[in-house]
Amino acid sequence: MTALSLKDLDISYGDTQITHKVSLDIAEGESFALVGESGSGKSTVLKAIAGLAPQWTGEIRVLGKARSHGVDRDFSRVCQMVFQDPYGSLHPRKTVDATLGEALTIHGIGDRNARVEEIMASVGLDRKFRFRFPHQLSGGQRQRVAIARALMLKPKILLLDEPTSALDVSVQAEILNLLKRLRREQNLTFLMVTHNLPVVSFLCDRLAVMRHGRIVEVASVDDLRRGDLKEPYSRELMQISAAHAT
Amino acid sequence: MATFRDWLIDDSPASPMQARLGRLYRIFGALMHNPLAVIGAIIIICLILAALFAPWLATHDPLRQALAERLLPPSAAHWMGTDELGRDIWSRVVYGARITLMIVALVAVLAAPAGLVIGVVSGYFGGWVDRILMGITDIFLSLPKLILALAFVAALGPGIENAIIAIAITSWPGYARVARAETLTFKNSEFIAAVRLLGASSIRVNLGHVLPLCTSSMIIRVTLDMAGIILTAAGLGFIGLGAQPPLPEWGAMISRGRSFILDQWWVATMPGFAIILVSLGFCFLGDGLRDVLDPKSGEQR
Amino acid sequence: MRPLLEIENLRVTFPTTRGDTDVVRGVSFTLGRERLGIVGESGSGKSMTGRSILKLVRAPGRVYADKLAFDGIDLSTRSEKQMRALRGARISMVMQDPKFSLNPVMTIGEQIAEALLTHKSLPRREVNDRVHAMLESVRIAEPERVARLYPHEVSGGMGQRVMIAMMLIPEPDLLIADEPTSALDVSVQAQVLDIIDELVRRKGMGLIFISHDLNLVSSYCDRILVMNTGEVVEECRAGELMNATHPYTRGLIASIPRLDETRDELPVLDRSAWAKA
Repeated sequence: MTALSLKDLDISYGDTQITHKVSLDIAEGESFALVGESGSGKSTVLKAIAGLAPQWTGEIRVLGKARSHGVDRDFSRVCQMVFQDPYGSLHPRKTVDATLGEALTIHGIGDRNARVEEIMASVGLDRKFRFRFPHQLSGGQRQRVAIARALMLKPKILLLDEPTSALDVSVQAEILNLLKRLRREQNLTFLMVTHNLPVVSFLCDRLAVMRHGRIVEVASVDDLRRGDLKEPYSRELMQISAAHAT
Repeated sequence: MATFRDWLIDDSPASPMQARLGRLYRIFGALMHNPLAVIGAIIIICLILAALFAPWLATHDPLRQALAERLLPPSAAHWMGTDELGRDIWSRVVYGARITLMIVALVAVLAAPAGLVIGVVSGYFGGWVDRILMGITDIFLSLPKLILALAFVAALGPGIENAIIAIAITSWPGYARVARAETLTFKNSEFIAAVRLLGASSIRVNLGHVLPLCTSSMIIRVTLDMAGIILTAAGLGFIGLGAQPPLPEWGAMISRGRSFILDQWWVATMPGFAIILVSLGFCFLGDGLRDVLDPKSGEQR
Repeated sequence: MRPLLEIENLRVTFPTTRGDTDVVRGVSFTLGRERLGIVGESGSGKSMTGRSILKLVRAPGRVYADKLAFDGIDLSTRSEKQMRALRGARISMVMQDPKFSLNPVMTIGEQIAEALLTHKSLPRREVNDRVHAMLESVRIAEPERVARLYPHEVSGGMGQRVMIAMMLIPEPDLLIADEPTSALDVSVQAQVLDIIDELVRRKGMGLIFISHDLNLVSSYCDRILVMNTGEVVEECRAGELMNATHPYTRGLIASIPRLDETRDELPVLDRSAWAKA
């Protein structure tokens, strides 16, 4: 079954149209990457799916159901998002416990104590962090909290907006390992936006290359690993990545 | 004692209560490192104590007239002298603390939450809601505070209650502006987007997540404004539209002392000192709070 | 030949509520007219090392060094005024984000001209010619047009090239580039680094390239220092980075995913491995 299906998606901000006829099908359990440079519209696609960029035409289907333009409660139990900047995505005045418990309160889910502890354990956060404020955590720990918050409602789909680009490489490795393990354990579908091709190679099954608001190529990660991308622009991106790798 | 402190600064609190108290303790500690803020806090605490224990601190009945003892200079019997009706000025200043404290407290309770809610709603929803609310705010802001308060008191009739209402009506627009500006900076942040994605309603996002972030700047603003509120109240009292005689309101006291300012300087000067001292106290405390609470500078590094 | 920069036992200290914290703990190196990379993660002290060369460490931070000499000039005894004469003219620094480094109310041409005129006085005509020549050398196609633009009218990559033009027009002997391309897209990143590289080679300058990106540093530098918690843990030639010996460096290299990644799990740094040693 398709987890996410986009058809002829045109997203605008005010009068400027950001994407043009974006169509994609992502299978359930798949890990898919949207790759491109800044201004390619890749993050905008993610925001439209999440409901944070409500100005679009076309169709977004999530698990077979057409999605409305805004943010709604039913949708929030199916699909969640992890943001790029772990410093900006946590409320500075709320403890880890409050941040994680919020989802349960909104949806009237009980058993808060056990649930919070369970999720903290599964993202590898020690119990002693439970009542800390964000400024008492490192960047990697904050990103773990952000991931835990997204998983609190047990969603099927996780939207990842450059989840490791603000982190140090050694921390990036920890978070990438965590994401990979969580996907395996909970059979999650990932849609990740990134500019980092090696990260795609590690975490994803397929990728789409975006440029100027259009998808130029969809390929499998095996193609990427073999250097078998077809479009000149994708090859250019790949060569730049390869040139930097020693 | 040491163990209680350890419990407060524990890096890994075991309960939300401990986390919150720990945060308060750190703010308090930072505030204590700021000498001006400490002076301000001491002045405010003295004001509150004076208001609470006025009957014990006062040496005379503040309203009792003793015409035989009119306009006596400060002495052991009358620490700040007596006024034109022979009333003890020290006792009147002490009782005046009650009135001043009541004015600032009531204005803070009335104006700050109103401004906060209007500002947050205006900033969060934007569009025509914002335009209408900010239009009203701008109308109030464009009128001089004291003149507006005067107009209200003139319409409602002189008296301390009406003075408080008038001051509250003139001070909320400032708070609304601050709250709106704060809301605009937070509303597009990722942590607000994240809560919205969890399915939270607008009311929940506003009350639970945006409002708490605006409160610290609001506390700072209100504290800094206290001096202005006290001065406006005193000003209203001075021109006879605030507290009515025989209430020992500081502004009204200065007003009466004005006639004797050259020969009996203490009649006007003593309540004047009280006003200056308390205003300064609020300013110092507000400045200190700003350094400690400002969300942009963070609570600690 | 005298080295361009000599640093011995550099320490940078910040006071905290729990006593002084050393951000840089005894760093020593010498630099000739070569390209030196300083790599490290956040908190490694790499940026503070760069800043202390220009004495740009802000109070309450304090800098100590047994020796801090640039081209034979003892920097540690120089006053703020003397340092100002040195900054820009002989040592320049390119920072991470052009948005915060460019003055928003001056045109690009004016800002570059100002950078030149601060240290030299030249006739108007020559200034214009040199500004345009400099913009051309950072591969800006229409220098006359771009010189009249304001910073907000250019892209991030262009802004960073303008910064480089501004920093290099007084022809300094040493350029310190602190994460000069982290805010840019990968393709633009390569362009900007190529420009820096070319100018540094052509003018025979010294370059200190500070970055968190091991791969980037190793492909643009001759020599690399790896820093961790304020200390240099590894020093090697760029080509030999893959043969690094320190567990931290090795761990860092291993934890970077590759384009042809087939590992199921990335190795994670075990910080306890060398912390005690």
